[in-house]
Amino acid sequence: MEVVKTENVSRIYKVGEVETIALRDVSLSIENGEFTALIGPSGSGKTTLLQLLGCLDQPTSGRVWINGQDVSRLNRNQRADVRRGTIGFIFQFFALIPTLTAYENVEMPLLLNGHAPSQRRERVMQLLEAVGLTDRANNRPDQLSGGQQQRVAIARALAPNPSLILADEPTANLDTPNGKQIMEIMERLNRETGVTFVFATHDPRVIQFARRVVALSDGLISSDTVIEQAAPVV
Amino acid sequence: MLQLFKLAFRNLGRNRRRSFFSALALGMGLAILLLMASVLDGEMRQAMEGTIRLQSGHLQVRASTYNEDRTSLAWEDLIEKPDEMARKIASLEPVAAATPRLFASGIAMSGDKSQGVRVIGIDPASAANEPYIKGLVNGEFLKSDDRDGILIGLPLAEKFDLNVGDRLSLLINTSDGSVDTQNFVIRGIYSTRTTPYDKSTVFLTLAKAQAITRTENHASIIFILLKDRAQTEAVVNALQAGSLQVKTWMQMNELVLQTEQFADAYMIVLFLIVLAITATVIVNTLVMAVFERTREIGILSAIGMRSSRIMAMFFAESVLLGIGGIVIGLILGGLMVVYAANIGFYIGNMGVSGMLLGDRIYAHLTLGDTITLTITALVVALLAALYPALLAARMEPVQALHGGKK
Ligand SMILES: Nc1ncnc2c1ncn2[C@@H]1O[C@H](COP(=O)(O)OP(=O)(O)OP(=O)(O)O)[C@@H](O)[C@H]1O
Ligand SMILES: [Mg+2]
Repeated sequence: MEVVKTENVSRIYKVGEVETIALRDVSLSIENGEFTALIGPSGSGKTTLLQLLGCLDQPTSGRVWINGQDVSRLNRNQRADVRRGTIGFIFQFFALIPTLTAYENVEMPLLLNGHAPSQRRERVMQLLEAVGLTDRANNRPDQLSGGQQQRVAIARALAPNPSLILADEPTANLDTPNGKQIMEIMERLNRETGVTFVFATHDPRVIQFARRVVALSDGLISSDTVIEQAAPVV
Repeated sequence: MLQLFKLAFRNLGRNRRRSFFSALALGMGLAILLLMASVLDGEMRQAMEGTIRLQSGHLQVRASTYNEDRTSLAWEDLIEKPDEMARKIASLEPVAAATPRLFASGIAMSGDKSQGVRVIGIDPASAANEPYIKGLVNGEFLKSDDRDGILIGLPLAEKFDLNVGDRLSLLINTSDGSVDTQNFVIRGIYSTRTTPYDKSTVFLTLAKAQAITRTENHASIIFILLKDRAQTEAVVNALQAGSLQVKTWMQMNELVLQTEQFADAYMIVLFLIVLAITATVIVNTLVMAVFERTREIGILSAIGMRSSRIMAMFFAESVLLGIGGIVIGLILGGLMVVYAANIGFYIGNMGVSGMLLGDRIYAHLTLGDTITLTITALVVALLAALYPALLAARMEPVQALHGGKK
């Protein structure tokens, strides 16, 4: 079953008189359990597409379905409702709330979803363990390294058991070992929990983890390749 | 909910100094308002209390033709056998004191100096004389059988440079329209701390005043003090008597009541100004916070936080700022009010005619004012958060996330 699907989606940015066509008639379908890389040169529309897949933004034309629901024309609060618990985000900058501890950051989506306290505690600890940060639960983001922050972000994205996790250049601000560790964690969680991952990148070391590679070029899908074999051991 | 306040509390903690100063601004605003309200209330209370005790009493019984402005001394304008009537009135349960008084106008003279005065003939034994007995600064109070003693105010004694035992001559209007002059011995000097009143009010015994003005067994009024103001109407009803008129403290002190209303209105304007300034500080703090936290707002929105919740987050911050401000305000304001209530403010000679105000104002803070102002401060804090909260809630997650990247 497909988690998210776009049909002839275009996104045109208007800044003053200038129009930028970031996406042109993109049709893409992401199936449950995929581990897919979105690649392409800078400005090709990767971030724009991720925002549409994640219901953060709305297409100028065309339609987007998430879990079978048409989300192309929803207001701000309706889109927030669609995202909550369904879609997890991981950003290039380690998007944690600076005033909250690692534990509390992971707990936040559970709070928004109204989980019971005991349930939250168990889930948060389980996730922190999955990303290897049990001993950092009470640290604030500024007391964590970039790699650790990004692992907290992964745990947070995963917390409410979403159907889809979107990651925009999750390793771009990390050095090679840390970037590799992040990809390995994502890949393992994908295998173990079956949650779908779509990540934008132009890092070849990241691309090799993908089982499907969608290439964008100037707002168009230029290639869509399924790689048979699972992530290679580097 | 609790989480919201936890988040809000930590957010305020990020910029402690800014948060503190915002709360301080609100606190100082509240403190100033508490002080203003208490001083005004104290002033009005004192003005009314002073005017009642020194001038009008709670009730006055007068002849129906008595003209206050002309200090009429014609027999038909006066009350006959006032002692008897005063005794009857004093026996009413709500009445604290009832005593006859005779008013006459005159001129006090000593050497080449003179001063227009109001002469009041009193029954020295009455409890209504308490302000003058308590206010004695020199000498002693009049005695019932005193035939040539006079009680004068401190400012007059100073002006004439006279002391207890010295002589003072008094030119006084009489019942038949002529004037009489007589010498008196100063028995005592009083001060009610109300300079204009003290300077121009002198006391004789009622008997002596009746004799010199040739009004015999008559008095201008029966001066009545009640145990409780609220009893006024009941006593008025009990007193309704043929050819006499009964005036209440409200009728006699309309000016004070009007001044009070005017002062209240004036106060509201001042309140609004202080609150507007305070609100500006809070709006500024929160707008800055919204812009600083653009990216975070984007993140929270991305993980599914609704606009209402984002707004609630800023309202929670504002409530915390408000509570902090109120605590500061109540402490600061409380200290100022306690000072102002005990030490008072010296305002000097500010008595307006018809309204007797001492030379010091003592603040008086009512619970009602405190509660109203405290709630107002909280409401102001919440209102101030409205614009910043809307600003935050209107942010599109995509833009907010971008905004933070820079
Ligand atoms: N908010 C915006 N307003 C105007 N133009 C935009 C906006 N966001 C993106 N664009 C434009 O749309 C195009 C696609 O941008 P997008 O960010 O999707 O590219 P990208 O593939 O993610 O690039 P990069 O690899 O540099 O992140 C670019 O030309 C960009 O300038
Ligand atoms: Mg991008």
